[in-house]
Amino acid sequence: MSILVDANTTFIVQGITGREAVNLTRECLDYGSGAKIVGGVTPGRLGRDVHGVPVFDTVAQAVAHHGAPIDGSVVTVPPAFTKDAVFEAIENGIKLIVIVTERIPRRDVAQMVELASANGARIIGPNCLGIIVPDVIKMGGIGGPAKDAAKAYSPGTIGVISRSGGMTTEMSSTLTAAGMGQSTAVSIGGDAIIGSSYAELMSLFEADEATEGIVIYTEPGGRMEAQLAQWVAENNSRLPIVAFMAGRFMDEMPGMSFGHAGTIVEGKEDTATEKIARLAEAGITVAEEISEIPALIQAKIDERKS
Amino acid sequence: MRFYEYEAREIVRRAGIPVTEFGFATTPEEAKAAAEKIDGPSVVKSQVLSGGRMKAGGVQFADTPDEAAAHTVDVLKIEIGGQMPRGVLVDTKAEVEQEYYAGVVWDGTAKQPVIIFSPVGGIDIEQVAEEQPDKVGRRHISNLRPLTGFEAKEVIASTGVTGSELNKLVPIVTKLAQLFIDNDMTLAEINPIGRLADGSFIALDAHMDMENEARGRHKKLLAELGVGDDETREAREPTAFELAGEAVDAEDHRGVAGNVTEFDGNLGLVIGAGGGSLTLFDAVRAHGGKPANYCEIGGNPSVSKTCGLAKLVLQKPGVDKIAVMMSIVSNTRVDIVARGVIKACLELGMDPAEKIAIFRIPGAWEEQGFLILDAYGVEYADRSVSMHEAAKRAVDKIGAGS
Repeated sequence: MSILVDANTTFIVQGITGREAVNLTRECLDYGSGAKIVGGVTPGRLGRDVHGVPVFDTVAQAVAHHGAPIDGSVVTVPPAFTKDAVFEAIENGIKLIVIVTERIPRRDVAQMVELASANGARIIGPNCLGIIVPDVIKMGGIGGPAKDAAKAYSPGTIGVISRSGGMTTEMSSTLTAAGMGQSTAVSIGGDAIIGSSYAELMSLFEADEATEGIVIYTEPGGRMEAQLAQWVAENNSRLPIVAFMAGRFMDEMPGMSFGHAGTIVEGKEDTATEKIARLAEAGITVAEEISEIPALIQAKIDERKS
Repeated sequence: MRFYEYEAREIVRRAGIPVTEFGFATTPEEAKAAAEKIDGPSVVKSQVLSGGRMKAGGVQFADTPDEAAAHTVDVLKIEIGGQMPRGVLVDTKAEVEQEYYAGVVWDGTAKQPVIIFSPVGGIDIEQVAEEQPDKVGRRHISNLRPLTGFEAKEVIASTGVTGSELNKLVPIVTKLAQLFIDNDMTLAEINPIGRLADGSFIALDAHMDMENEARGRHKKLLAELGVGDDETREAREPTAFELAGEAVDAEDHRGVAGNVTEFDGNLGLVIGAGGGSLTLFDAVRAHGGKPANYCEIGGNPSVSKTCGLAKLVLQKPGVDKIAVMMSIVSNTRVDIVARGVIKACLELGMDPAEKIAIFRIPGAWEEQGFLILDAYGVEYADRSVSMHEAAKRAVDKIGAGS
C-alpha cells in the first residue's frame, strides 16, 4: 500500500498549459500504470487539451465533466495566483493539493493551510515536487520523466519524506541501489511554512502496513524536526527513522539563508547541531552520509523485528 | 528583508502607533536640525542592521543640538557588525516609568502568526522568557478571520496587566499585529514600548523584517521609505564576487545560478540544486576540503549561464580546480551543464581534464553528458558514486596537486 495516493487517485493540474505543467502532465501520465489526470485548468483555455487531458476554465467545470468528486490537484500557477487557485480547489471539494509553485509569501501559504484544514483537505508543499508511489503513480514532477523516475524509485517498505525535491530522488535512488524500495516518497517543500510537516505525515505512514521504516532529509531552520522528535516520543511509533541533515555549515552563518527559503537560522533551536541532538534524543539515527542510510535503516528494522 | 530602525519607526508611525519625535540624519547639520525640532535632550543612534550598537558606542546622549551634531560625527565613523552606518536616528530622550515588549512573529509549526507581549521590556525577550516565563504572553492569530482586538487583550491580560494600562495597550498591540499582516512582515517588534509619566504609551524602538518573496506587493511603501530594489539587506553586504554571480544569473532567464556566496578556499564549486548544494558543501568540508564558494544551479540552466558561473569561479583568485556536482537531476540536463563547464575552461585557455576535479551529475541526459566529458578526458561519476565520495575525490585531487 501507500499513503496519500494510490492506483485509483484522480487528480487535475491547475495551470496545465504552462510549459513546466505540460511536461509534468506527460511525466505523470507515462509513469506506472498511468496517473488518472481527469482534467486541467487554465482560465480562458476551455476546450483545449494537453496530451489528451481536457482543459477547463474552472475547477467546477472539471468536476462536472468528471461526474464525481476529484481527489487531488497539482497546482503550478505563478505565485501571485496560487492562493486563488488553491482556494478554488478546496471550495470544489478537492482534498489533496500539491503546490509546486515557489516563492509564495508565507501569509498566503498560511491562509491556504488554514482553509484546507477547516475543509478536511491536505496541502503538500509549496515549493515541492510532489508524491510518488513507485510503479503505481506519481503526482508532481518528482523523479522527472517516467524513465528517469523508474531508475531511482522502486516499490518497497521505506517511507521517504524530504524538504528537498532533488534529495528525495537522491535518497530513494540510494535505497533502490541497496535493494530497498519505497512505499511512498513525499517531497514536502523547503519553505518556512508548508502544508504537511514530517510529524503530520507520520501518522499516515504509521497506519500504512506496507511501511516498515522512514528516511527523512532535513535542513537547518524552523522547528519541524523538533516537532517530529516530539511526535515520536509521544506516539510510541512502530517505525524506525533515519535522518540526514544537510547544511551543517550554516550554523556558522546565522541570518543567512541557503538552499531553501525556510533554512534561515534565527535562533539556537533551529541550528543543525541542535536539531541533530533533538532527533538523536528521540531515538532517530542521524546519518553522516547518504550512502550509510540503507544499512542504518535496515539494521533498525531488523532490531525491531527481533 | 530587514528595515533600518528609522524605517521601522516610520512604519510604526504610519500604523497609527504613537512614536517619539525623531529624525534621520546623514550629516551633523541634519542631526542638529533634527535635535532642534525635538527641543530637549536627544539620543543619537547609529543606523546599522546588526545589534550591539550600545556596546560599540553607536548610541550617544545629547543635551543640546550642538552636542547631537558632535556625536553624529563620531557615530558615523564607527563600524558595527562589519557595517558602516547608513546614518543616524536622532531621537527624543523620553522619560519612561516602565518599559514593555510587544512582538509578532510566524510560528511555522502552528502555521499562524503569534503575538508575544511582556510587561518586562527593554531587554532581550528570549532572556525574559527564560527567567520570568509567567511574564511573557503568547497567542496565535487566525490567518482568515480579521483581527478585532480581543486577541491582543487576551495576550496582555495573561501577563497580569489590567486597568487603564491594559486598555491603552490593546490598540497598540492590535495595530502592531495588523501592520505585521498588512506588510507581509516576518518580524514586527516594538521593544520597548514606554509608559510615560502622564500614563500614555509610546513606541521607543522597533524592529521589522519583511518577507523577501512579498516585496513585490509593497512597492509603494518601499519606494516611499527609499528602499532600492537592489538592496538585499542580508546579514552582510554582498562581495564583488557575489554581485558578479547575481549578474551571471540575471543575464539569462533560463535556469538558475543562485545564491553565489564567497568563501576563501581553493576548491571552486559548481553545485546544485537546493538540498544538493547544502549536502555537497558539507561533504567537501567533511573531507577536509576548502570551498572557494557556494552556489546553487538548477532549473535546467542554459549552456551560457553554466559557462558564465564556471568562468566566474575558475577566475576567482586562489581557485585551483572546480568540482561540478549535483544530486540526481530530473529537470536540469546533464549534457547542458557538461557543455557549459567545458566551454568555460576552453574559453579561459584551461584544460578541462586538469581544471575539473570531478563531474558528478547523474540523471536526465546523462549518457549524452558523459560522452562529452569523455571526449575532453574529464573524470565523471554516475549515481553509483555517492555525493560524499565525489566530494572526497575532488578534495583528494586538490591535495595531490598543490
